[in-house]
Amino acid sequence: MIFRRFAVLIYALLVIIPITMVILTSMKTMSETFENPLGLPGEGVNIANYIDIFRSETMLGYFINSSVVTLASVSFTLMFAAMIAFAITRLTNWIGTIVFLLFTLGMMVPAQVNMVPLYNVVLQLGLTNSLLGLILVNISVTMPVAVFILTGFMKTLPKELFEASTIDGAGEWKMFTSVVIPLSLPSLSATAIFLFVMHWNDLLYPLLFITDNNYKTLPLALLEFQGQYATNYPMLFTGVMIASAPMVLAYIFLQRYFVAGMTAGAVKG
Amino acid sequence: MRASKNIYLFLVPGFILYSIFFLYPTVSAFFYSFTDWDGISSEFDFVGVDNYIRAATNDSIFAQAVGNNLSFMLFVVIFQTIFSLIFAIILIKNTKFNIFLRALFFFPTILSSVSVAFIWSFIYDPSMGLLNTFLGISGLEALQQNWLGNQNIAIYSLAFTQVWFHTGQMLIIFVAGLHAIPNDLYEVAKIEGASKWQTFKKITWPLLAPSATIVVAYTTIQSFKAFDLIFATTRGGPNHSTEIIATYIYEVAFRSYNFGYASSISVIFMVIIAIITYLQFKVLRSDKVSY
Repeated sequence: MIFRRFAVLIYALLVIIPITMVILTSMKTMSETFENPLGLPGEGVNIANYIDIFRSETMLGYFINSSVVTLASVSFTLMFAAMIAFAITRLTNWIGTIVFLLFTLGMMVPAQVNMVPLYNVVLQLGLTNSLLGLILVNISVTMPVAVFILTGFMKTLPKELFEASTIDGAGEWKMFTSVVIPLSLPSLSATAIFLFVMHWNDLLYPLLFITDNNYKTLPLALLEFQGQYATNYPMLFTGVMIASAPMVLAYIFLQRYFVAGMTAGAVKG
Repeated sequence: MRASKNIYLFLVPGFILYSIFFLYPTVSAFFYSFTDWDGISSEFDFVGVDNYIRAATNDSIFAQAVGNNLSFMLFVVIFQTIFSLIFAIILIKNTKFNIFLRALFFFPTILSSVSVAFIWSFIYDPSMGLLNTFLGISGLEALQQNWLGNQNIAIYSLAFTQVWFHTGQMLIIFVAGLHAIPNDLYEVAKIEGASKWQTFKKITWPLLAPSATIVVAYTTIQSFKAFDLIFATTRGGPNHSTEIIATYIYEVAFRSYNFGYASSISVIFMVIIAIITYLQFKVLRSDKVSY
């Protein structure tokens, strides 16, 4: 019993200490950090680094880029994946099976396997250094997982629902928008959260396709601060705080949904 | 009720994107792997299986990257699975305190790899890092290390970071698995006087097999996908000691502009993942259980 409490306590500290360290260090100066890495900030709550980073970097621009890319990627992935999942559920012939298999295959292959040929495609289409390019790639890469989760859910919907609405003379589109989508909301929201976290935090695709400062997203900008600020951890952690803020706030308020969504993504992806 | 022909239209937008940005690149990786393309010029030659021969026999860095990737994977799979299972068992009951701790342990999962990389670079920093400072205070100076600079241990320092990053997520999967085990089984075990270890071995573990399969499979794939974390922390250094297959593909393609060769490594990467996934499912699915 004592061992149990002890093990849990140690691990809790292992999470709490680094988080506290990031918050405190972001309020310290470089010399304070160097002299006493574990100490409290000398001037209490000090937001000088935050003001500094917004002044010297196009932080707001990165923030907007990340938001646009994430929102667009999540919305379109969800929409297209829901349409495909609906079609797979409705199609009882071999085509439905083949489509499902093709997307399942996409889940097995890690995206990084494709980075070289994918870069060629994006380059040939003239989509490097564009948010649209990032969005299109994001949609394609996360669609398999989304299709998988949503198909699994839609297959559990009672068949009578489809029949009833067909008799009513509802077209497939109407059935999709007014029956299937509302009923799939729990599954859609779980998938949405999983996608939000993935796209907001992604580094690989911005790293591959974006070199122009105007189109950089937060993780890429953050990575490049490392070259600029080297071991100036107060500045780096200020960046970390800003880049993580939306996800952390969302996590605090929507914790249950986060855990469900991220787990669905893990189980299925 | 048969679907009308219109249903095929639902496949169109998603399928077009998926074909352009996933299926076509995957297939073309095979094509480029037989060329010497540099990624820039419009001309290239077919070199047969030369790239594959080079990878298999004449590239010590690639061999090192595969080795590092396997060490990284083993460390992460073993520790992440053990940690998340132990914590799941300890935190199984849905008390307020346990729910809070599960949420706390889960927290790192929502951070970006770049943020996690910075946090742990600071902790591992040889001069002002938390870890060495802590060891110094506790009188354990002998254990102080250049955690990311020492070629022999850097990959394990990174593996520990990965464990910290995702243990909370796997914990949740185990908790869900544990909650699915019917309670009467434990009551019977209690009545029959089974020890804690016997109960774990005969009831919990076999019935937890499906969750364990998911955790081990997911953790393995994650270890091969740790590109973001490793790239942001060490970029594969020092001296390739933390190079994994994915970071090496990036280096060969975008630093040395050897797209043909990078493509062949990608194909080998795909085959390695396929083999590991197949073996895992064979081993873990072999002991099927029923209630």
